Amino acid sequence: MNLFQLNKQHQFIIALSLAAIMVTLALLGPLLAPHDPLETDFVQILTPPNPEYLLGTDQVGRCILSRLLCGARISLGMTFGMLSMIFVLGIFIGTAAGMRGGITDTVIMRIADTILAFPDLIFAIAVVGLLGPGITNTICALAIIWWTKFARLTRVLVRTAIHSEAVIAGQMAGAGTVKLVRHYLLPTILPPLLTQLSLDIGNMMLALAGLSFLGLGVQPPTPEWGSMLSEGREYLQSAPWLVIYPGLATFMVVVVFNILGDATRKYLNPEIS
Amino acid sequence: MLRSILRKIVEMLLVMLAASFLTFFLTWLSPGDPAEIYFECRGISPSNEILEEMRKKMGLDQPFILQYLHWLADMTTLDAGISLRTGEPVADMIQRRFAMTFKLSLVAIGVMFVFSFFLGILATLKAGRFTDYIIRFFSFAAISVPDFWLGLMLILSFIVTFHWFKLTDPYAPESVVLPALTLAIPLIGRYTRQIQAVISEEMTREYVVGARARGCREWTIVLFHVLPGVLAGLATLFGLSCALLLGGTVIVETIFSWPGLGSMAIESITHRDYPVIQAYVLIMVCIYVSINFIADVIAELLDPRLRLSGGQ
Repeated sequence: MNLFQLNKQHQFIIALSLAAIMVTLALLGPLLAPHDPLETDFVQILTPPNPEYLLGTDQVGRCILSRLLCGARISLGMTFGMLSMIFVLGIFIGTAAGMRGGITDTVIMRIADTILAFPDLIFAIAVVGLLGPGITNTICALAIIWWTKFARLTRVLVRTAIHSEAVIAGQMAGAGTVKLVRHYLLPTILPPLLTQLSLDIGNMMLALAGLSFLGLGVQPPTPEWGSMLSEGREYLQSAPWLVIYPGLATFMVVVVFNILGDATRKYLNPEIS
Repeated sequence: MLRSILRKIVEMLLVMLAASFLTFFLTWLSPGDPAEIYFECRGISPSNEILEEMRKKMGLDQPFILQYLHWLADMTTLDAGISLRTGEPVADMIQRRFAMTFKLSLVAIGVMFVFSFFLGILATLKAGRFTDYIIRFFSFAAISVPDFWLGLMLILSFIVTFHWFKLTDPYAPESVVLPALTLAIPLIGRYTRQIQAVISEEMTREYVVGARARGCREWTIVLFHVLPGVLAGLATLFGLSCALLLGGTVIVETIFSWPGLGSMAIESITHRDYPVIQAYVLIMVCIYVSINFIADVIAELLDPRLRLSGGQ
């Protein structure tokens, strides 16, 4: 129970280091992998974990450990790539709506409301199902849903911050809109947004892996964890390691990033215990 | 009260309308030609004239906005067209499968309510103690676990290893246990945390201190003083977490070969059966929007403050 008694700063540093380890593993994945993730070996199909293949092999004799290590880069890379894109876009749109108000605000918020009427996964299914499965459509679908979350939060924060003394001081000092946003507004609204961002990493990973599992996202033979699981499903009875390890890897990474999210929330927003 | 409900109904209908437009627009953008798919599914390679005729019959030669209005008018009379794959009316397919998804969701929601209220309240009562940490640990794990993996692990342990259940007959009453658990566990994790957060925030209020000073027991305070006051907020949170539930049914139904709406949607995507996908998406949006509407109304009924301010 020691972890719970650490102070916020230490918790944050520990969580950040854990996340950094995960990212490093993902970046170095292809170097650490003992085999080629796409190389098939028909002599050794569905072999249980053994010294040569630490986590066993799949239905065409590919090394699962190597596939997991290389897949990490795809799963994490997609998650981070998408989130950073959506984060910037959401803040931009949200700030525009909050600062300008009036018709811009109404139109943007109505669009966001409509998109939010779709449950996340259902919207992704609508886009991917109707436009065709594949990684591009999946990314578009998730981007279209996710920006609304950041845009709405930003808008609320901007609305509150715009009346704060700091921003009024900036206005009185004669700052233009761009300068006002960059130097006076952003620093005040960034902490809650970063908290939301860190809490969303895990959710985004689960959404991407879930869509790949359904066969809508990353397509085989690319070693993405969700699609590995989906391919391994048929062998659940005879070769459960095909399913156990990719899922466990996803679980572990999501746990680490959720810990980071919680730690970030406590660290950046001290008023919430 | 009545006015705010009426306003909410209008808002709800507008959102549904916008969602229907978006759904139809996506279909219109899609690269596939329904007429071609129709023949493809029947193993026929049609001549251009036959294709052209079929397109006309399907109304595909009309401008976009007319197609949309026509489709919308059909939808409002619960006519969702025919499946390109089987030729069966989509409304019949949905009717057949809806009950199964409904049963699954209902059981999952029941399990979720019982466990999350129990765990959430227990965690607040035992705040800072061992039980609290165990519950926190569980809910943290439940939030982070990929539901598709959880379902497969449940199959691996309870069906493959222990033979407690069978996968073969989804209509048997005991078959609902594992899918419902898979659906409920991530929800329990999320809702337990929310309940705990809401209640522990209230526990610092003055009326709680007052009740303590009068010598009320902790559990009496939580159950009879605090809980009635926070139910409204919890109803709203529940409505929002239904997004997770509805999305989850797709994954759970796929894993357990559950003959519900979610697995129907995935099958239709594989066969590019657009009318079925459209109808599915629209139904899910309507269900989600309606649940949130009901949750809002319940919240207003429970909380006089919301009632007086018109739900603002």
